[in-house]
Amino acid sequence: MDAESRAWVDSLSASGHERDAAVERLHDLLLRAARFEVGRRHSVHLRDMDDIAEQCASDALMAVLSKLHTFRGDSRFTTWAYKFALLEAAVAVRRRAWQGRELPLPDAGWEAFAASSGSPDLDSERGELIAAIRDAIADELTEHQREVLVATTLNGVPIDVLAERLGTTRGALYKTLHDARRKLRARLAARGLFVEGEHA
Amino acid sequence: MTQDRFDPRLAALLGPDRPEVSCETCFDKLDVYVEAELAGADAEHTVPGMGAHLEGCPACREDYEALRAYLAA
Repeated sequence: MDAESRAWVDSLSASGHERDAAVERLHDLLLRAARFEVGRRHSVHLRDMDDIAEQCASDALMAVLSKLHTFRGDSRFTTWAYKFALLEAAVAVRRRAWQGRELPLPDAGWEAFAASSGSPDLDSERGELIAAIRDAIADELTEHQREVLVATTLNGVPIDVLAERLGTTRGALYKTLHDARRKLRARLAARGLFVEGEHA
Repeated sequence: MTQDRFDPRLAALLGPDRPEVSCETCFDKLDVYVEAELAGADAEHTVPGMGAHLEGCPACREDYEALRAYLAA
């Protein structure tokens, strides 16, 4: 563990004035990070930025202090702490952007995707691929898997927003998404269809 | 086998076809991964499976970009 990180951990683990001062310094660092991220996204009205950043910094401070014992010095303490503030800010901004919005209907995203045309040369191949994916989604996935897959990949619903709406966690939904994707890939492979990754 | 040109929506539907970490592990290791990247080290070697997850999970990808942007600022 580098010396600066060790100093942070020692101060935050101390008691009395030393700890209080360290907590105050930490809060200031987290607030700067939260403000940076909220400002970077531009989607939040300026009036709300400070309120959101303050709340994020407070939430991040609680998280950092509760998880202080897990910090092993594999990175700088400040880097490790910043991610709590940046995550809180990112989640808050996404939540705010979707506040009061209905989730798009599952069919909307799929229809837009299926209707979009590729180059004339690829129309037939693309048509076959899309048909295969459509069949796989209908035949292989559970209703929950379909909902999560289409919402997050075609309808642009952030996974943490969807998790909140469905009363579950981001990690649980990503596992659902992972499983759904695995089934799709397996179905395509069984039909001899392959989707190339990004070309150089 | 037939191939299609890269379409980000197809990539999003099908996800990365290689081992990836979970969202929880991604957050746990994000600081280590980003510091390795910024130091010019092999970040994927440092945290195997992180790169695939960042391709497959837009929310974690945003968190990664946020930390990277903040440290690089």
